Amino acid sequence: MAAATAGWQLVARYGIKNPEVLPSPSQIVSAGWQQRAALERNAWPTLRETELGFAFSFAVSWILATAMDFSSAARRAIYPLLVASQTVPIIAIAPLFVVMFGFGIAPKVLLVALATFFPLAASLAAGFANVDGDADRLLRSMGASRWRIFWTVRVPGALPFFFTGLRVAITYAIGGAIFAEYAGAESGLGIYLQQMQQVFRTDLVFATVAVIAICSIVLFVLTYLLERWLTPWRKHERAGREAAR
Amino acid sequence: MSGDEFLLETKGLTHQYARAGQEPLRVLDGLDLAVREGEIAAVIGPSGSGKSTLLNILAGLDRPSGGEVRVGGSGAVAYMPQKDLLFPWRTIEDNAILGLEVAGVKKKTAREQVAPLFEEFGLGGFEYAYPAQLSGGMRQRAALLRTVAMNRPVLLLDEPFGALDSLTRTQLQLWLAETWQRHGWTIVLVTHDIREAVFLADSVHVLSPRPARVTRRFEIDLPRPRNADTFASPEFARLERELLGALV
Repeated sequence: MAAATAGWQLVARYGIKNPEVLPSPSQIVSAGWQQRAALERNAWPTLRETELGFAFSFAVSWILATAMDFSSAARRAIYPLLVASQTVPIIAIAPLFVVMFGFGIAPKVLLVALATFFPLAASLAAGFANVDGDADRLLRSMGASRWRIFWTVRVPGALPFFFTGLRVAITYAIGGAIFAEYAGAESGLGIYLQQMQQVFRTDLVFATVAVIAICSIVLFVLTYLLERWLTPWRKHERAGREAAR
Repeated sequence: MSGDEFLLETKGLTHQYARAGQEPLRVLDGLDLAVREGEIAAVIGPSGSGKSTLLNILAGLDRPSGGEVRVGGSGAVAYMPQKDLLFPWRTIEDNAILGLEVAGVKKKTAREQVAPLFEEFGLGGFEYAYPAQLSGGMRQRAALLRTVAMNRPVLLLDEPFGALDSLTRTQLQLWLAETWQRHGWTIVLVTHDIREAVFLADSVHVLSPRPARVTRRFEIDLPRPRNADTFASPEFARLERELLGALV
């Protein structure tokens, strides 16, 4: 990575020599630093959209996956819709959402939700379905109700699956918000990116991309921290597997 | 015979499964089982003889097609499945109280209730460990603890030591014989291990191939308490031979 950065620096500085085509890493960093106030001002709305969209998709995916677990009719009805939601191209639907919901935050939140919804709901549904039938039998022999079984076995058992889905979804989340802003917004990293492209500030385009990447990485790392906190038993399972090897 | 002589009794138990385009599959055919209070009754039979169907019915998971099941006391058995089924996300203590929790006992009260059992089950100091940190033998003891903790009149154990290596299995059999001696639990032990049946049980019920009924009932009058010496007694060898003869 260091070598690639150094190579890039040399090519940009002595090869291309045109920062509008390819700015050097040092130019990107200094341009980004100079415009840090603008970058920050535009990062907050994007993060806000990501957060709200993600919360929305989180809630809906839990509700639907739970319904799918309780009723096979619901499963047959909902699963095709899940898949359909994933096949909708975000780029195509973003302008449509802006037309329908305006330049405010609503279309962005919806697009983030749409982009992240499938991995969340599908991983949860898979996690619920993965539960050992014998665990169900054990709890039924104890006299447990369907809800009790759901909370006692299915939810904790599905968490490892859910976190896998969460990590996939989180990488789509900011991308969804950026696309939505591309289609029209008052502020946000997506619209800032577009503006800088139009005035040939390639260095600031790269700086914005870097900020987006850093935000995604931070969110990604957060999912690991959250997972470690919520599934403390997993590290013993991993240690057990390694000891068995 | 008075109805109270046995704590668990099945009379003329029949069960069949519907099959598409075929005669229904008869699994149980008039199965009579009678277990006295405080005894270990082993149920042994060839594989595919309907043991798991019988277990499901005794555990209250299935209703028989015919016949009746009577369990004295609270009318329910504490079921220990073949797999330990300890939940990896619960500590050993919280796995142990599962049955009590389902029965509506408060967590704190349930924990207090099971606490004295840990030492006896060789799990002292492992209350807050996760199942993944325990050996196979310890996990099986933890699963038995969870079963005992439910405070039901009959324990229904499905091949409790079947998945363990031979040495660990023998250790646990010795341990169970010793622990049972103190508690006098009523146990229905489903097994396909002849030695285990003779060593642990007071009565052994031999099932026929499907459709199953009890073809023979052996009284195992080996002296109690039983220990490692029991395995070496001529009486043990004789009973083992006799039981083998009934099965093959």
